[in-house]
Amino acid sequence: MNIVVLVKQVPDSGAERSLRADDNTVDRGSTDNVINEMDEYAIEEALKVKESVGGEVTVLTMGPDRAAESIRKALSMGPDKAVHVVDDALHGSCAVATSKVLAAALGQLGADLIICGAESTDGRVQVIPHMIAERLGVAALTGARKLTLDGSTLTVERQTEEGYEVVTASTPAVVSVWDTINEPRYPSFKGIMAAKKKPVQTLSLADLGIAAAEVGFDGATSTVLEHAKRPLRSAGVKVTDEDDGGVKLVEFLASEKFV
Amino acid sequence: MSEIFVVVDATGEFGVKKVTLEMLTLARQLGTPAAVVLGGPGAADALSSKLGEYGAAKVYAAEGEEIDSYLVAPKATVLADLVKRVRPGAVLLASSQEGKEIAARLAVKLHNGILTDVTDLAADGTATQAVFAGSTIVKSKVTRGLPLVTVRPNSLSPTPAPASPEVEQLAVTVSDTDKLARVVQRVAEQKGSRPELTEASVVVSGGRGVGNADNFKLVEELADLLGGAVGASRAAVDSGFYPHQFQVGQTGKTVSPQLYIALGISGAIQHRAGMQTSKTIVTVNKDAEAPIFELADFGVVGDLFKIVPQAVEEIRRRT
Repeated sequence: MNIVVLVKQVPDSGAERSLRADDNTVDRGSTDNVINEMDEYAIEEALKVKESVGGEVTVLTMGPDRAAESIRKALSMGPDKAVHVVDDALHGSCAVATSKVLAAALGQLGADLIICGAESTDGRVQVIPHMIAERLGVAALTGARKLTLDGSTLTVERQTEEGYEVVTASTPAVVSVWDTINEPRYPSFKGIMAAKKKPVQTLSLADLGIAAAEVGFDGATSTVLEHAKRPLRSAGVKVTDEDDGGVKLVEFLASEKFV
Repeated sequence: MSEIFVVVDATGEFGVKKVTLEMLTLARQLGTPAAVVLGGPGAADALSSKLGEYGAAKVYAAEGEEIDSYLVAPKATVLADLVKRVRPGAVLLASSQEGKEIAARLAVKLHNGILTDVTDLAADGTATQAVFAGSTIVKSKVTRGLPLVTVRPNSLSPTPAPASPEVEQLAVTVSDTDKLARVVQRVAEQKGSRPELTEASVVVSGGRGVGNADNFKLVEELADLLGGAVGASRAAVDSGFYPHQFQVGQTGKTVSPQLYIALGISGAIQHRAGMQTSKTIVTVNKDAEAPIFELADFGVVGDLFKIVPQAVEEIRRRT
């Protein structure tokens, strides 16, 4: 099975993150950049599928030059190869344009199964899996907490607000996963060494047959007008329990009309 | 005034969700609210009176097995056809997984911009969004097509404005490509009477400090007394104290209630990401240096197993 995993490099969600003052895009220069956490679960699931039915796992990333670090990290977990879509004209792309680029690359790769994280920690927009599926005309099984494969039939269990749903589709399909689906493996020393030699193909917009005007700021379908840090919450009251902590807590709730 | 589409978020258990009433309230400031019901047979009948109560001047109903038996693709197709015909001033959906997914497909079908997790939308189409775990406020705008936005629950207070909506049944025609992801089973899990986490006005959450699954009864007891929902930190979920669907944080639900009570939660960035836009934050933690105190309007340093039972008793005494 030809499995492609989407991997995005994001600013570390454990650090202070901001938008750039000059062009309102995510500031990737002043923080550590890491693999989007949910994507590690996608990689793990892809490797599990390969281990059970055979095939090949390809990592697909769209991002600037520095995303190459995350591609090597992803490869160290075990995928066979990677494709890096990199082009200066992509800077400032909206989700709609991003999905167009990824769909074009996926079309070239001829993926049977596309696995990605349910959301990225920077945008948390959750729209890419369905946008790609819409463009490719394939099924999207999103938010999986369990994935099984029987021949060409995929079955996914997904959490809903009322319980859970079981959803099926035939390959080719897009599956997005939450962190409840598995426990990602740590890269072994051998895996890290092997990753350095794995093939990474770079693709430009021209390679994908997409005009620069369709992506980046020129092709964006939305724009950020302005941004500001939320004012810090003013320090509240902190009391130490002297056998009256519960009462004091309720007195506060009452003063705020919650009780 | 042009119609403002509000795509109805409703569940069998709770009926019309509060976020839908918020969207209708918002839509009234922008034009004439028109609710769009995408659901199984008879869905609109059950929901119309509530939608009218909050100002829906019209209800478009797309109903049928074909809508209900597949993941979002048929809903997006029906909605795209309706948008092309009626040309509304804006389309509002809930910022839930499904709302975002329908919007995603609509954006591609119409080559239209999309904005998610919107907390306000002005008449000129300028949207307000909270990003990076609520630490940054962004003003943004769709620059291609109509304002297509998903609205975060608890962004505004819904207010009634009674109207008598005319119901228009839509013909549902979906393609084979829309029927690729079939829902074969829906399993309802026991929820009890608590409000849904992202919609609740009060959320009481427990963390690692709660110690074990059994102790979560204490968290539940306080939540029930306040009419709130129960949440859990990732540490508590990973330790198996409470089910994953109640996880609040970066990898979990984002909540923005009137009152958030954090019990035995240190306030790691992972957790803050899901709750720091709450109006009032109260915490109990034995570690006086825990970062959660930096966010809290009121914090008690001490043993939650003494403080919470005392608080429960005090609330009972007062009510």
